[in-house]
Amino acid sequence: MKNKLRAFFAKFWLTKGQTVFVSGIFVLISFILLKTIGYLVATIVFMMLTSAIAGIPIFKNAIIAIRYKIVGIDALVTIAVIGAIIIGEYWEAAAVTFLFMLGDYLESRTIEKTRSSIRSLINLAPDKTRVKRDGVEIEIAPEDAAVGDHVIVKPGEKISVDGVIIEGAAYINQSAITGESIPVGKGIGQKVFSGTIIESGYLIIEAEKIGEDTTFSRILQMVEEAQDKKAKTQKFLEKFSRFYTPSIILITIIIYIIVRDIRLALTLLVISCPGALVISAPISIVAGIGNGAKNGVLFKGGDIMERLGAVRVIAFDKTGTLTEGQPKVTKIQAFGIDENELLKITAVGEAYSEHPLAKAIINKANEMNLDISQKPENTQTITGHGLTFDLNSVSYFVGNTTLMKENGIDISDTEPLFTAQQEQGQTAIWVGANGKVLGIISIADTIRKDAKTLIANLRKIGIRKSIMLTGDNAKVAKAIASETGLDEYHSQLLPQEKVEKLSALQKKYGKAAMVGDGVNDAPALATADLGIAVGGVGSDIAMETADVILMSAEIGKLSYAIRLSRATSRNIKQNIVFALAVTAALLIGVIWGKVFLSVGMLVHEASVLLVIINAARLLYYGKRVKKKKKIA
Amino acid sequence: MTNKTYQLESLACPTCVAKISNMLKKTKGITYSEVLFNSSRAKVTFDEEVISSQDIIDKIEKFGYKVLSEK
Repeated sequence: MKNKLRAFFAKFWLTKGQTVFVSGIFVLISFILLKTIGYLVATIVFMMLTSAIAGIPIFKNAIIAIRYKIVGIDALVTIAVIGAIIIGEYWEAAAVTFLFMLGDYLESRTIEKTRSSIRSLINLAPDKTRVKRDGVEIEIAPEDAAVGDHVIVKPGEKISVDGVIIEGAAYINQSAITGESIPVGKGIGQKVFSGTIIESGYLIIEAEKIGEDTTFSRILQMVEEAQDKKAKTQKFLEKFSRFYTPSIILITIIIYIIVRDIRLALTLLVISCPGALVISAPISIVAGIGNGAKNGVLFKGGDIMERLGAVRVIAFDKTGTLTEGQPKVTKIQAFGIDENELLKITAVGEAYSEHPLAKAIINKANEMNLDISQKPENTQTITGHGLTFDLNSVSYFVGNTTLMKENGIDISDTEPLFTAQQEQGQTAIWVGANGKVLGIISIADTIRKDAKTLIANLRKIGIRKSIMLTGDNAKVAKAIASETGLDEYHSQLLPQEKVEKLSALQKKYGKAAMVGDGVNDAPALATADLGIAVGGVGSDIAMETADVILMSAEIGKLSYAIRLSRATSRNIKQNIVFALAVTAALLIGVIWGKVFLSVGMLVHEASVLLVIINAARLLYYGKRVKKKKKIA
Repeated sequence: MTNKTYQLESLACPTCVAKISNMLKKTKGITYSEVLFNSSRAKVTFDEEVISSQDIIDKIEKFGYKVLSEK
């Protein structure tokens, strides 16, 4: 590799940077000489030297391109420089070549910066893996790990595979994947992802996905591809520029024939390259996508950003999207018994139940560190009603109203509390014994913490309708809709009906986006003008189907994603308007006779640089807004 | 047919993309080519009996753009 590079440098005589530096010194000397001794032979020699040093690479490129029948900016500049020398404008020739090289150099440097957030993501890729094979720890390259390998990761190290923790516990920084910099605690049985870093703790992980199959690699591939997917505006600009350059050349010839002014014609050539215009869209997009990727939001292309910015209505799936997708105990009301004692007794009884609600109760008991290892007796499940069991010689009943009535439990005093819970969209469960109610446990799929703020934020940024499409019953749907402040909800929909409802919404309100977790809403995600997946980590289908992926479960990032999309579209527009205005101003200046070669080149290169710098602002988008939010 | 992706030095102007892409299109043995601006990559499908991967690299480098790696 090094030899190859050296051979390459030998072939050319100076690097880009060196060319700029040397020609810069020469152009400076020329300028000083011009101002002190005036237009003498020495001055002209330095000017010619500048033109040669900076001009030869341009000339070379022009020749190569012309051989393939491409008239690029190199060719135009070459013609202009040769023309300038012929008519004796040595200073102009020197200045133009130097400015062109300088501009080119600065542009590639700033572009590199603009692309940096994507580049830095790539640099996060793990570079080594420590595995235990035959009882011996060895260090290997991540791609040499095999599925089933036991990977050992120590504090400060990067996890290099996707897999399940089989030993140890650790705090893990998942920012490379989710954009969240607060470390998450994980233990045995939980999934970990390649590219994330262990902050403290020690893990042995059984590898499930390695190398290019890992979530992190897939994110990289997606971002790599996304940055070059062209936005509509960009496609238009490329078409535009294809006829723009030739037509300016044509105009140049016509103007030359009419006014016979070679200086004017040469200047027109120099400014005829739509540099700022063609770079405007791709450079804004790479910055926008880079910003998103850094914050755990993947856009699958510039066109997607344009579309998301234009979305007017957003439809949400319920389970796993607006809610966490896992039923949880939301409220415990105990009557004449300690709350924890009630929970403990119920959890002991439920320990052998297969019911999904039982899991919620047991989880809650574990969360409260209650000891539920005691074994109940005479456990009996009454399908559709609940269960009964004996504990410490007391018979307990856990279930619905029918179960209570049949077993002589008096619910008359507490029934209003029970119905109130139901009205709120909760699944309520009675716990009773000895003819009395001991408590009511409410279980619900908890609404995501940031769902309510999100809906409010969406309204603020001009989304006309936020709508929920759910397969769940109307009571639950209504409760969640009013809790989160949704504009509309449609309940009891089959997956197919979600798709139909979505098409209807598109017709009624305009561009519609569908937000889901990709589990049972893949068809709707595909039908929408735009599919957005929440909690993309670990969900392959979601990552494939959706156009925008919120890597973490933080649904609140959706409003950021929309704002970033709009900011990116706006940035592209600013760049286009600016580029067109500069070109128009230059044209007027040239025809007026106020702008000559070097000034034309200076303005042209400066405008390209400004466009790139404007795009680079997108890298910092959101930082300021976040701060504001904290104060509020 | 062989598929290769070449990582080029950072491409700084969209016209560079047009140039390289035109050159590749006019090269015998190359059936498909796509030059990506932001990722600075060239994706090429070619007939190995007509042109070798090294030939393609040489062509791109002669054109003035470093090829950093191939995949």
